[in-house]
Amino acid sequence: MKRSRATVGRPPTPLLVLALLGLAFFVIPLLGLLVRVPWSELPTLLKSAVVVDAMRISAIASISATVISLVLGIPLAWLLARVEFPGRSIVRGIVTLPLVLPPVVGGAALLFALGRRGLVGEPLYEASGLLLPFSMGGVIIATTFVAMPFLVITVEGALRNMDQRYEGAAATLGARRWTVMRRVTLPMIAPSLIAGLVLTWARAFGEFGATITFAGNLQGRTQTLPLAVFVALESDRDTAVAISLIMIVVSLAVIVALRDRWTRAL
Amino acid sequence: MNIGFSGSIAVRRSDEFLLSVELEIPAGRTVALLGPNGSGKSTTVAAVAGLLPIDSGRVSLNDAVLDDPERGLFVPPEERRVGVVFQDYLLFPHLTVLDNVAFGLRSVHVAKEEAARRSCEWLERLGLQGLERREPRDLSGGQAQRVALARALVTEPDLLLLDEPLAALDVTTRTELRRTLDEHLSAFVGPKLLITHDPMEAFLLADNIHIIEDGRITQSGTADEIRLQPRTRYAADLAGSNLISGIASNGHVDTGAIELRIVDEAVVGPVLLTVHPTAIAVHAHRPDGSPRNTWETTVDRIEDLGNRVRLRTAAPLPLAVEVTEAAREELGLEVGSRLWVAFKATEIGVQPAARPG
Repeated sequence: MKRSRATVGRPPTPLLVLALLGLAFFVIPLLGLLVRVPWSELPTLLKSAVVVDAMRISAIASISATVISLVLGIPLAWLLARVEFPGRSIVRGIVTLPLVLPPVVGGAALLFALGRRGLVGEPLYEASGLLLPFSMGGVIIATTFVAMPFLVITVEGALRNMDQRYEGAAATLGARRWTVMRRVTLPMIAPSLIAGLVLTWARAFGEFGATITFAGNLQGRTQTLPLAVFVALESDRDTAVAISLIMIVVSLAVIVALRDRWTRAL
Repeated sequence: MNIGFSGSIAVRRSDEFLLSVELEIPAGRTVALLGPNGSGKSTTVAAVAGLLPIDSGRVSLNDAVLDDPERGLFVPPEERRVGVVFQDYLLFPHLTVLDNVAFGLRSVHVAKEEAARRSCEWLERLGLQGLERREPRDLSGGQAQRVALARALVTEPDLLLLDEPLAALDVTTRTELRRTLDEHLSAFVGPKLLITHDPMEAFLLADNIHIIEDGRITQSGTADEIRLQPRTRYAADLAGSNLISGIASNGHVDTGAIELRIVDEAVVGPVLLTVHPTAIAVHAHRPDGSPRNTWETTVDRIEDLGNRVRLRTAAPLPLAVEVTEAAREELGLEVGSRLWVAFKATEIGVQPAARPG
C-alpha cells in the first residue's frame, strides 16, 4: 500500500480518536468542577474554620505518613528484595494488600486491631491510656496503612533491578554494610525512591475510606480535606468545590513538578 | 613469613558446576587465570575478593587467613585489602571521578581533604588530571579503565585483582592501556591476579599462566611453556595463534629469520604479530597471486584435531598451521614433507610490544 510522505510517522487515526476519548474521560470531570468554582467567594471560603482545620490535618497526616513509610518502608522493601526467607511471597502479598483492598475494609481491620477492645489496642490502652481511633494518631495510622505499599513496591522493584555488583565493588573498597547502603544503594535507587515517595504522599493526601472508618470525621481533630469535601457536599456545595479545587491544584503541582524529573524510573 | 597469596578454592555453584582451583602468587608476581566464558573465572574473583564464601579449601594473604570453612573463618570483603578492577569497571554512576577514587579512603574514615589529595595524586599518576569533576558516563572506555585502576590502587591493597581489565575496550585503546597496566603492575609490590579470556593479555602481562576450563586448572606454566606445549584443545587453540616478535618499519617486520609484509605502514619499532593457524594456506608449489608472505619449509610435527590437523612447520620461521584432513591428504603431508606456507598481510595482527624482546 502506498502512503504519502506526510503520513509517515503520524499516529493512525483510530488510535488518535481513542486516545482523545480517553483523555476526555479525565478532562471533563475537571472542567465540570472548574465551571462550578465560585471564584469571587473563594478567598472567604478557603479561610473558613472547616477548611483551615482540614488543611492542617491533611498536611500533618500526609507528611507524617510519608515519613513513616520512608523509615519503615525502605527496610521492608530491602527485606523483600534481598533476603530469601520462607513465605516471602505471602509477606509480599500482605504488604501489597492495601493496594487492592477497599479502604473501608482496611479501616475496619485497624479498628478491630487497634480499637479500645482490639487485639493490640486493649493492652495498649491499659498500659498507656492511649486511644488511637478518633485521634490524630489514628488518621496518621490509617493513611500510612493505605499509602506505604506504594513506597514498598517501588523501592523493592528498584532494589531488585539495580546492579548489585556495585555494592560488591563498594565492599571491596572497604565500605561496611551501612556505608554501602548510604553511599551506593540509596543514591543509585534515588529516582525510584523519590517517585515512590511522591506516590505515597499523593495516596496519603487523598485518603478517605480507612480514615473515616478508623479515625472518624471530627472537624479539627480527624477531618482531612477529602472528609471535609464529603461533608460539605451534603450542606455547602461551594465549600466542597473550593476544597476540591485546592486538592487538585496541590496534587497536580506535586505530580507535574516531580513527574519529569523523577517518575521516569517507574 | 609467607608473603603472597595462597588459595585453595572449592565452590559448588550447581550440581553440574564445581570450581576447584589452587593458586599461589608470590609478592610482586602476576598470575593470570586464562579461560573461556563459564569456566569459573568470575566465581574465582568473587571468592578471592570475599564476595562469595568458599565451600572448602583455604584462602590466605600474607599469613592472614581470609577464608577457611573448616575452622569457621571468613573475613568479609571490606576487611580483606583486596583491590579489584572489575569487569565493566563498575564506577559509581552517581559520583564524580574524584569521589569514585576517594570512595575507598572515605569508607575507612580518611579525612575528606586527605582523601581528595591522595586521590588526585593517583589520578595524575594515571594521566587523568582535569577529569576530577567528570561523571563516569562522560568518560571514554580507556579513561574509565584508568579511573577504576586508580580507585583500586589508592587504598593500597595487599592484593590486586584484575577482572578482564581490557575486555571492554576497542583494539587501539587496549594496546595503549595494556602498556599503562603493565607499568603499574610492575610498580605494585603485592601479588597480582589477572583474570582474562584474552591470551594476548595473559601472555604479555603475567609471569605465570593457569588455564582454567570447567572449573579446573588444566595447565599451568609460563607463556612460552603453554604456547609450545599446549596440553588441552583449548590451550592449543590459544597457543595456536602464532605469536611472532620483530621490528617494524615501512610496512615490513624483520623477525630475524624472515621479513614479513604488514598492512600498517605507520607502525615502527618492536611489535608482536599474531597469525591465526587457519589463516595460513599450504601449497605444494610456490603460490601465485596476492598472498604476500610465503616461503618454503618442512612439516615438523602433525597433530590430529579430528577432521582438522595442526601442522608445525620448521625453519626459517616455525608456525602452527591448521588445515582440513582432506587438504592434508591431497597434499600428502607427512612429517618431513616439503611445503609452501602463505598468508596475506591483512591476516596479521600487529601489536606494539610493551617491551622489546
